[in-house]
Amino acid sequence: MNQYTVLRVIAKIMIPVILLYGLYIQFHGEYSPGGGFQAGIIFAAGFVIYSLIYGLEKVQQAVPPVAVHVLAAFGVFLFIAFGIAGMLMGGDFLQYRVFMEDNHAAETLGIIGIELGVGITVATVAIALFYAFAGRERD
Amino acid sequence: MAIAIVRIRNLFAVTMLTGIYSLLAASLFVLLDAPDVALTEAAVGAGIAIILMLGTLALTTSEEKVHKKPQNLLALVVVFITGAGLIYGTLDMPHFGDPEAPAHQHVSPRYTQESVDEIGIPNMVTSVLASYRALDTLGEAVVIFVAMVGVIMVIGGGVKRRWRDRGRVLPDGKRDKP
Repeated sequence: MNQYTVLRVIAKIMIPVILLYGLYIQFHGEYSPGGGFQAGIIFAAGFVIYSLIYGLEKVQQAVPPVAVHVLAAFGVFLFIAFGIAGMLMGGDFLQYRVFMEDNHAAETLGIIGIELGVGITVATVAIALFYAFAGRERD
Repeated sequence: MAIAIVRIRNLFAVTMLTGIYSLLAASLFVLLDAPDVALTEAAVGAGIAIILMLGTLALTTSEEKVHKKPQNLLALVVVFITGAGLIYGTLDMPHFGDPEAPAHQHVSPRYTQESVDEIGIPNMVTSVLASYRALDTLGEAVVIFVAMVGVIMVIGGGVKRRWRDRGRVLPDGKRDKP
């Protein structure tokens, strides 16, 4: 679709806004609707739009499929790491209040950590699924 | 619209109708004061899922093949009995918005009244998802990851294959192509 000038120009303006909005949904999830899941999907949508307009090769140069797969595993690992960190510091699995003296700060730290894990996993899985479907030739 | 989705044979139109249906469902969730769910439905149902379906259509065909099969009467009877049983089951359910309903009695008073004091963040959906029920959320994240692994194993990860055909293994352990 890269012959449409309007699409190319609008996409160039909109994609940073979409990615920024994804990050806003991610890190403002404690105060407004949203969280890792929604943020990951919106973040991935930015990459999907980019590849629809500029081609799959361009976006795979920026974000290679191997990196996407590794990051998806890293997101789950981050989530579990926060759970096990709670255990190592004397609490239960996924119990955050042992991280710090202040309960509220500890809970917020734990929630931001695991939401980041969820966000990374969801965003990279959405991109990976898109790569898997779009990267295949029709046989 | 649901009937149209089932009846229409052009899969491209069906995909578009599914997207519109998801968007309507998202607006319904907004009306029910559930903006978290609405955001998910709009982003996943009307966004990514439709893109993936269109990607599948690009790989296959956008016209459904019509199979003329003899109608199975037994299946119809089973469907009707199951449906009647489900409707009978809903008669016992509490009315919509009933404060005495079991769902509003068990743990939700604690979540709605004390989560701000206990967790310290205003959005109680986030505190339930990420703190009280973090193990469930971990399960979700693992399910999503496993779904990706499954898709990659079935149709490949979109990586250009580098390895070439190395031929078959001959009885003496060598290959018939270098």
